Amino acid sequence: MTGGGAGVTYAGVGRPATPAEIAAWDIDVRPDFKGLPPGSGSVQQGQKVWDAKCASCHGTFGESNEVFMPLVGGVTAEDVRTGRVAALTKPDVARTTIMKLATVSTLWDYVRRAMPWNAPKSLTTDEVYAVVAYLLNLGDVLPGDFVLSDRNIAEVQARLPNRNGMTRNHGLWDLKGKPDVVNIACMKDCATDVKVASILPEEARDSHGDLAQQNREVGSARVKAKAMAEFAQPAAMQPAELARRKACLSCHGLDNRIVGPAFRDIAKRYKGQDGVEAKLVEKLRQGGSGSWGPLPMPPNPDLAAADASTLVRWVLGL
Amino acid sequence: MRDPGRVHRAPENFLDAAQIAEVQAGRRDFLRGAFVAAAALGAGRTVAAEVGDPAILNLPEHSRSLGQPVAARGYGLPSQHEKNLQRRESPGLTRVGGSSVSFAPLQGLFGIITPNGLHFERHHQGWWDIDPAQHRLMVMGLVREAKVYTMDDLMRLPAVSRMHFIECGANTGMEWGNVAVPTVQYTHGMLSCCEFTGVKLSTLLDDCGFDRKNGKFVLAEGADGSSLTRTIAMERALDDVMVAWAMNGEMLRPENGYPLRLVAPGIQGVSWVKWLRRIKVGDQPWAAKDEALHYVDLMPDGTQRQYSSIQEGKSVITTPSGGQTLLDRGFQNVTGLAWSGRGRVKRVDVSFDGGRNWRTARLESPVLPKCLTRFNIDWIWNGSPAILQSRAMDETGYVQPKINQLRAVRGTRSIYHNNAIQSWKVAESGEVTNVQAY
Repeated sequence: MTGGGAGVTYAGVGRPATPAEIAAWDIDVRPDFKGLPPGSGSVQQGQKVWDAKCASCHGTFGESNEVFMPLVGGVTAEDVRTGRVAALTKPDVARTTIMKLATVSTLWDYVRRAMPWNAPKSLTTDEVYAVVAYLLNLGDVLPGDFVLSDRNIAEVQARLPNRNGMTRNHGLWDLKGKPDVVNIACMKDCATDVKVASILPEEARDSHGDLAQQNREVGSARVKAKAMAEFAQPAAMQPAELARRKACLSCHGLDNRIVGPAFRDIAKRYKGQDGVEAKLVEKLRQGGSGSWGPLPMPPNPDLAAADASTLVRWVLGL
Repeated sequence: MRDPGRVHRAPENFLDAAQIAEVQAGRRDFLRGAFVAAAALGAGRTVAAEVGDPAILNLPEHSRSLGQPVAARGYGLPSQHEKNLQRRESPGLTRVGGSSVSFAPLQGLFGIITPNGLHFERHHQGWWDIDPAQHRLMVMGLVREAKVYTMDDLMRLPAVSRMHFIECGANTGMEWGNVAVPTVQYTHGMLSCCEFTGVKLSTLLDDCGFDRKNGKFVLAEGADGSSLTRTIAMERALDDVMVAWAMNGEMLRPENGYPLRLVAPGIQGVSWVKWLRRIKVGDQPWAAKDEALHYVDLMPDGTQRQYSSIQEGKSVITTPSGGQTLLDRGFQNVTGLAWSGRGRVKRVDVSFDGGRNWRTARLESPVLPKCLTRFNIDWIWNGSPAILQSRAMDETGYVQPKINQLRAVRGTRSIYHNNAIQSWKVAESGEVTNVQAY
């Protein structure tokens, strides 16, 4: 045992990691492809995985901004040639993943560790290769017949549209990095021509709810609620709030499919059926799959029966 | 139904604009009369205006009967009158609650410590309440011996307790281009400060015998679904980075990484990996998604800065601030927070005229490196419109910049690391609004 300054050791603290333990967690892949496991996947195979597991959030073509920012779009053949995405110099251009991506390892590593959204780390190594290949095909980087593997991934790196678009040459990284913006601590008659350059737009004033209810009731400067009586009422949790707290809304939109079906589509299908409430309560608590596609609804054993009923009645009433 | 979203003017909601003007013009007799009349209405009793304040004259129930026993609540809660102060989301900022942000209510906090239940949140794939008995930390890579630590192991090691701020790199990011949000909760609320307890990362690296020659970087990785990773340069890792299990005297809250998180003082919150499961030593950075693809700063020439980390000197006035209304002219205590990712706050200056003239504020102790510092300054408000600003200076001599100075170098599309001087406009009515002035 080792450790500590001044000859202190930490005998008996911790234990050696076994090779199997290290292999189980050592999943990072670096830009030089250290850590990349052998394997391969085609654009075609990737499309199958994509349609089943990715398209519900990212769109059939990776273009959707319904749930997350668009993954593809905005790059040109010229960008692939130069390694700099020209659109990034233009104002007001939405930035897609493929426009920003400078290292293909970043994409590979992230898909393996964190995707799909509701079942991270469930893809096989070959599926990760395939999905990355398909995404790069959607992003106009790879042709439709490409098979991505550990042996040719370096060639793919050399085609990334923004591979030359990143810099680490700035003062916000090193411990003693130098600031790039300089102000001076003037104390008197500093700015003679002060202008209000921007104010809160009228439409944004109500965007964050009743600000009176976001400040303390006492103090030197405050906003006072109009109806304190309403504030004092013990609030039974509203079903929509319950759905948010229980993370239902991570997978279901009210009107739109995310990973699971839209709540209104569920209501449309089941409303008025005999015994449907009990059936759906059971489904909420036990989970299931097949009714709306292959992606399983996870079980929620900790969901109280009363809460499950509240949620089901709310969904059916939409 | 109440008006959604509209700020209701203080001092009292039963006063209209003209009446508030009278109060502010000094007609306090009018205020007293109106106040007593309204209170009497609420209490259902009649009290003559000239007799006095019913809050004094009518003994309340809590003065006339028995209160609650000890341990009525095994884990104490804030007063029922504090419910307005909550972590809140900014509507429309994100689409999915599992990958979103909630903002701390800075407008209602005192001193420098953020109460644990009000600490801001940022999750990348939802949060978990992990069983500490099943949690493991692995330290591996360029080390003589890769090791596994249980929580029991970690808590046997020499512990340190240190106070540090944590700020998301995207704090104030909505305002790079123009004013976008109404209150300090949303302009600056991805900011919190705690006393953290844990073990120095250097202790663990030493214990595993890390490669001092080739070990230039460490990777930190979380145990949640996102298994978020960030690269930290070894020089910084050995400087003051901690592996912490406690905040403000109790274990970490689940939303903040229970039972183990990285504490990386001075650099943006995304590096403070929550639910920490693995530390790897390597000779190159990893270009993880949240340092090479996201959390990158887009410059005007189209280049993106990656691994941007340091949270530079910054400050904000929290009272009075956007959405509030000054109750009356005359003496005001103006207060706020200042911080720097490069060390201690050395000085905070405050302007009441939009940056023409400045006065130095009082710094409250303690003033600690990479920690929030509370400042206060006296102000007599004469009822005229005013623009309030604060400007922090840190011990390296760095001076917090104006928004136009930031934009001149970094453009308007950076998203991250907006540490500009904040301006609050006070209108004649006392209403305080968010503006950009320079």
